[in-house]
Amino acid sequence: MRQPLLQVRGLKKHFPLERKLFGGAAKTVHAVDGVDFDVLEGETLGVVGESGCGKSTTARLLMHLIDPTAGTITFDGAPVENTRLSLRNYRRRVQMVFQDSYSSLNPRMTIEASIAFGPEVHGVPHKEALARTHDLLERVGLEPTRFAERYPHELSGGQRQRVNIARALALQPKLIILDEAVSALDKSVEAQVLNLLMDLKEEFGLTYVFISHDLNVVQFISDRVMVMYLGRIAELGRAETVFGDARHPYSTALLSSMPSIDPDNRTEHVPLAGDPPNPIDPPPGCRFHTRCAHAETVCSLTEPPLAAVEPGHQAACHMGVAGSGHSRAPEARTATAAE
Amino acid sequence: MADPYLRLDQLEVTFTGGRSPVRAVNGVDLTVDSGETVALIGESGSGKSVTLRAILRLNPEKKTRIAGRITVGGRDVMGLGSKDLAQFRGGEVAMIFQEPLLALDPVYTLGEQITEAIRRHETISKADARARALGLFERVRIPSPERRLDTYPHEMSGGMRQRAMIALALACNPKVLLADEPTTALDATVQIQILLLLRDLQREFGLSIIFVTHDLGAAVEVADRIAVMYAGRIVEEGTARDIINTPRHPYTIGLLKSRAHGAMTKGKRLDAIAGSPPDLANLPPGCAFAARCPWAIDECRRTRPELIRTETGTQARCLRTDQTLTRPGEFVGA
Repeated sequence: MRQPLLQVRGLKKHFPLERKLFGGAAKTVHAVDGVDFDVLEGETLGVVGESGCGKSTTARLLMHLIDPTAGTITFDGAPVENTRLSLRNYRRRVQMVFQDSYSSLNPRMTIEASIAFGPEVHGVPHKEALARTHDLLERVGLEPTRFAERYPHELSGGQRQRVNIARALALQPKLIILDEAVSALDKSVEAQVLNLLMDLKEEFGLTYVFISHDLNVVQFISDRVMVMYLGRIAELGRAETVFGDARHPYSTALLSSMPSIDPDNRTEHVPLAGDPPNPIDPPPGCRFHTRCAHAETVCSLTEPPLAAVEPGHQAACHMGVAGSGHSRAPEARTATAAE
Repeated sequence: MADPYLRLDQLEVTFTGGRSPVRAVNGVDLTVDSGETVALIGESGSGKSVTLRAILRLNPEKKTRIAGRITVGGRDVMGLGSKDLAQFRGGEVAMIFQEPLLALDPVYTLGEQITEAIRRHETISKADARARALGLFERVRIPSPERRLDTYPHEMSGGMRQRAMIALALACNPKVLLADEPTTALDATVQIQILLLLRDLQREFGLSIIFVTHDLGAAVEVADRIAVMYAGRIVEEGTARDIINTPRHPYTIGLLKSRAHGAMTKGKRLDAIAGSPPDLANLPPGCAFAARCPWAIDECRRTRPELIRTETGTQARCLRTDQTLTRPGEFVGA
């Protein structure tokens, strides 16, 4: 069994909104509202969900770019804390690649300087950092003699994202968080970058947290998938299980929302009506009950726990919890398999 | 056979504002019948949005050179005077965009914007125009439409805004709807709602739709026919069924192969198209895809292929279609 590289427990991030000028209670955005999960060493954990589900906030929390409201993150057995020394050490081992390849590079630095910057900050001598940079450029498919001296604006989107990947690798991290890293690329370029990511993972023994709204891509690259909805985890399990045998009605609806590629078999019915609700006032009980076809009274009263439906597969739905009070829930006595 | 409702003949659009002219569209022929939906598929820079904008003459006239003919409903669009053009935009051909928040006016309510559009095109009282706006909101299935007419664009969710923009586009009963990536910025569960809505409205109003997208899945959901664009030309065209089942142009085949689709074996590398699209300011003399094409021969780099009809149904701009026969249904996986 692989060890968890990263353990997340009870993680929350609330953003307070500004109080209105005259009265009115201050409101809070419940961006991430209590999530527990592990990232296993050497795996790719895909994170999917719609806007406002908290996937990008989770990424920023994992990277410690923002302080959590509550909860703990443990990396390689040690707690990640907001002290300078510890964070510096943490960020050497955990790196991130963002969606916007242009704004994440300094426009006034050559790409060679951008990539070498991190190692130099961490005390690698200039010459060595430069040599490492050239190796990495070569590795991500950008010939150093042609590209090292260029500036970000002289590259295409796909090339810039390769630079960002090389920069993330420059510190020889164990974990890379990819937040919509291929979403802005054209399809033909996206495929190239996905191939590159898979090769690099194997070569450097990396672990990925791969965040995307594109289900096809997540299914392709992930070992395990985590489906998020309004700041909570709806379902978590092996990619083939979640995609083949989804247990949460939201996962099912999300999956059947994927456009069909078969002209003889087009989508005939809208799988899910309405837009995702606002995370400022998440509905009580199960957060999905306002859009769920199977919602019953219990769903609007109590929040279902993220419970094991089979080993290695968890879903937060009353229909899977024995004795939950939902008419489709299994009988209480048959539920002995709980992990 | 009746004439197609919309017809582009050898459309060329060149941007002359920069240092060297950029040839964004290089001879596009396209026909759209009444009540037909055609998807224009391509990557960024392939000229799909520019083609769409040219139909409404939205590209800045001083910096753009347009050659070829654009005919809509028997009228020559390039020859329209400014008054006719204003009537033509919205009244004959309307457009919806990727980002409704940018396309809608932030300081007027949606009801005000729709009634204004109607009253610009027709002599009609404010109350009647508002009643029509309400009817449109119901047609695009906006819940509590009466109340929503009085909201501002920023007060709505992304999906509702896109519905409101569709209502605005349909306000003056256009015959043709141009849709420029209308679902790209939407969440998956909302995207499919909008795609199905467009399909319903198309049937209901008998619209002709040109649907621009980079997403093959979205195209298949709405389109009768698909035209694939590359470097400012249509490289392959056919019914959605033929394009997906038996594509013959290497670029179409490449696009279908590179999809990270569920049918792919896990952990297997994707068949990516190597390289990147050509520089539009400096196009090669022959086939623009030759540099990335696994089947390219010297002839491809010298001559510009004509559109030929293949025996599997599509028309492809390729000299090597004898090499590119694919297994039917190869790309339609589970």
